[in-house]
Amino acid sequence: MDQGRTHRIRRRLLKGGHFLGLFLAMSIICLPGLWVVLNSFRPTVEIMAKPPVWIPTELNLDHYRAMFGGVGEGGVPVLTYFWNSMIISLTSTAIALLVGMAGGYAFARHRIPGKAAIFVGLMVTRAVPGVALSLPLFILFGRIGIIDTHFGMILVYVALNVPFTIWLIDGFFRQVPKELAEAAEIDGCTRWQAFWKVEFPVARAGIASAGIFAFLTSWNEYALASQLTRSLNSKTMPVGLMDFTSQFTLNWGGMCALAVLMIIPALVLTFLVQKHLIAGLTFGGVKG
Amino acid sequence: MAEVVLRDVVKTYGALPVVHAINLDIAHGEFVVLVGPSGCGKSTTLRMIAGLEDISGGEVRIGDRMVNDLPPRDRNISMVFQNYALYPHMTVRENLGFSLHIAKRSKPEIAKAVAEAADILSLTPLLDRKPGQLSGGQRQRVAMGRAIVRHPDVFLFDEPLSNLDAKLRTQMRVEIKRLHQKVGTTIIYVTHDQVEAMTLADRIVIMRDGHIVQIGTPLEVFERPVNSFVATFIGSPPMNLMPATVTGGALRLADGTALPLPPGLSAHEGQAVQFGVRADNIMPEGHSLPPTAHMAHVDMPVTLTEPLGTETLLFGTLAGTEVQAKMLNPRPVRTGEVLRFGIALDKCHLFDAETGASLRV
Repeated sequence: MDQGRTHRIRRRLLKGGHFLGLFLAMSIICLPGLWVVLNSFRPTVEIMAKPPVWIPTELNLDHYRAMFGGVGEGGVPVLTYFWNSMIISLTSTAIALLVGMAGGYAFARHRIPGKAAIFVGLMVTRAVPGVALSLPLFILFGRIGIIDTHFGMILVYVALNVPFTIWLIDGFFRQVPKELAEAAEIDGCTRWQAFWKVEFPVARAGIASAGIFAFLTSWNEYALASQLTRSLNSKTMPVGLMDFTSQFTLNWGGMCALAVLMIIPALVLTFLVQKHLIAGLTFGGVKG
Repeated sequence: MAEVVLRDVVKTYGALPVVHAINLDIAHGEFVVLVGPSGCGKSTTLRMIAGLEDISGGEVRIGDRMVNDLPPRDRNISMVFQNYALYPHMTVRENLGFSLHIAKRSKPEIAKAVAEAADILSLTPLLDRKPGQLSGGQRQRVAMGRAIVRHPDVFLFDEPLSNLDAKLRTQMRVEIKRLHQKVGTTIIYVTHDQVEAMTLADRIVIMRDGHIVQIGTPLEVFERPVNSFVATFIGSPPMNLMPATVTGGALRLADGTALPLPPGLSAHEGQAVQFGVRADNIMPEGHSLPPTAHMAHVDMPVTLTEPLGTETLLFGTLAGTEVQAKMLNPRPVRTGEVLRFGIALDKCHLFDAETGASLRV
C-alpha cells in the first residue's frame, strides 16, 4: 500500500521532471524562431532597445508594408525571390527524388558489389562544406556561363541532395518486402506496374520525408546561393535577406519579416506531408 | 486447371547448382506437396514454376505451354507467400480485387468475384479493413482469397502456414484442404513440415540437396521409404535407426543382440546395415501390437517418458542407440523400469549403412 504510494509519487515526479526538461529544451530551441516572428511585427526602436523589451508594447505590419513597398522605402523584390526559390527548390527536389528513387530502389533490391563503400562515398560528398565548394563551382559555372541561372542552382542542389535521397530511400525500400512486388507480378502486373502500384505507395511515407528533406535543404541554402546568384534572375530568398544590410545599418525588422515569409511555405509543406509521415502505414502487410 | 510438368529443371546461382535436373509430372487438380529440410531447393523449384526465378536449364510446362520465358503474369498462376505479402496500403477488398483490376475487368465483375471469394473464406465482414488490422489467420485467408479470385490454372503455396501458431496452423490446414476440394485446382505446396505434407498431399515430393529423393502418396512414402533419409524425415516421431550387421541369416545389433532378419528384405551376408523401426512398431508387451508371425522381443530400460494422453512415448536405449517406442493404453512407467518390448519385424526396414538405400525388395 505504502510502497504503491511512493511508487506513484515517484512516477509523477519523474513525469513532471520530463515535462520541465522538455519545456526548457524546447524554449531554447524555439526562442530564436519566435523572436524572429515577434521582431517582424515590432518597430525598429523596440527591436534595438537595450535592455531588450521582452513584452512588446506595439505590434504592426510596417516591416511587411515596407518590404513590399517601393525600392526607395526599403522594399525588396520579395515576389521575385520567392518565385526563384520555389522554382529552384521544387525542381531540384523533384529531380533529386527521381534519382534517389531509382538509385535507392536499385541499391535496395539488387546485390551491388561494393555497396557499403559507395554509400560511404556518397556521404563523404556531403562532408565537404558548401563554402569550400563555392569557389570551384563559381569558376566552373563562370566558364560555362550558368552563373545566375535557375539551371545552375538546380544543378547544384540536385548534386547536394541526391546522396541523401538515395541513402534514405534505399532504407525505406529495404523495409518493403520484395514479396510484395512478386505478388503483384503474379497478380498480373508488369515489373513497372508492380513498382508504381505497390512498392511506391507502400514506401510513399519514406519518399515524402526524403522529399521534405531535399526541399528544405534547397530552400534554406545560403552559402552556395550567395556566390552563384547575382541578380533578380536567380536570387533566392536566403540571399535576398542580405538586401536588408547596408554599409552602416542592418534593417532587422525587414529581415525578420522576410524570414517569416520564408518559413511559411516550409511550414505549410511539412504540415501537408505530415499525414504521410505517420509511421505504421507501411507495416502490417506481412507476417503476424 | 492444368497439369504442370518439369523436365530436367536445373537452377544454378553462378557456379553453384541448387536444383539438379529434376523431373516431375503433376496431374490436373492434383495436390502435390514439395517437402524437405531447409535449403533443399523446394522453394526455388516453386519460384521457378511461378516465374520469380529464372530457369537455368530444362523445361517447365503449365497446361500445354512451355512457360520458361513467360513472365509470372502470363502464366495464369497464383501464389500464397510465407509472409502473405498483402498490399498494406489497400483494403482487403482492394487486395482481393487487385489482379482483376490490373486485368481491367469491369467493376461489377470484380465486385462479384471478390464477394464470391470472400464468401468462401468467410472474409465478408473484413472487406473494408486494411491488412494491418487483421490477425495472422485472417491475413492468411486474405492471401488465399487473393489467390482464388482469379481462377488460376495452378495455385502455388510457399510455406503458407509457418508464421501461424500451432492451433491456427491445424485449422488453416483443414481450410486449405477444403478449399482444394471446393475449387479442384492443381495445387503445388511447399513446406518443411512433414505433418503438413502427409495431411494435405495427394502426392508428396521429398527433396534433399536439390534432388528429388522420392515421389509417392503419403502412405507410400511412409510405408516404403526409399532410403534412410525419407524414413527419418517422414513420420513423427522419426523412425529409429540402429547400426547392425547381417550375420548367419540374422540381424546382429551393435551390442550383439540378434534379431531374426525381417521378411521381404534383401541383404547379403556380412553387410553393414541400418535397422529401422518406427515407434509404432516397437511396443511394450501388454500394450502391444496385434501378434504377427514376425515378432521379436527385447528387454529395454526406459530412460524417459512423454505421456500424450492416448499414448505415451517411451525413450530407451537399445544396443547403444536411443530408441523411441509407443505405449498404447498407457500406464504410469517409472524411469529405469525395464520393460519387454515386442518388435513387429514385418513392418521394419533395412537400409544400406553406406548409401542409405532401402533394402526392401
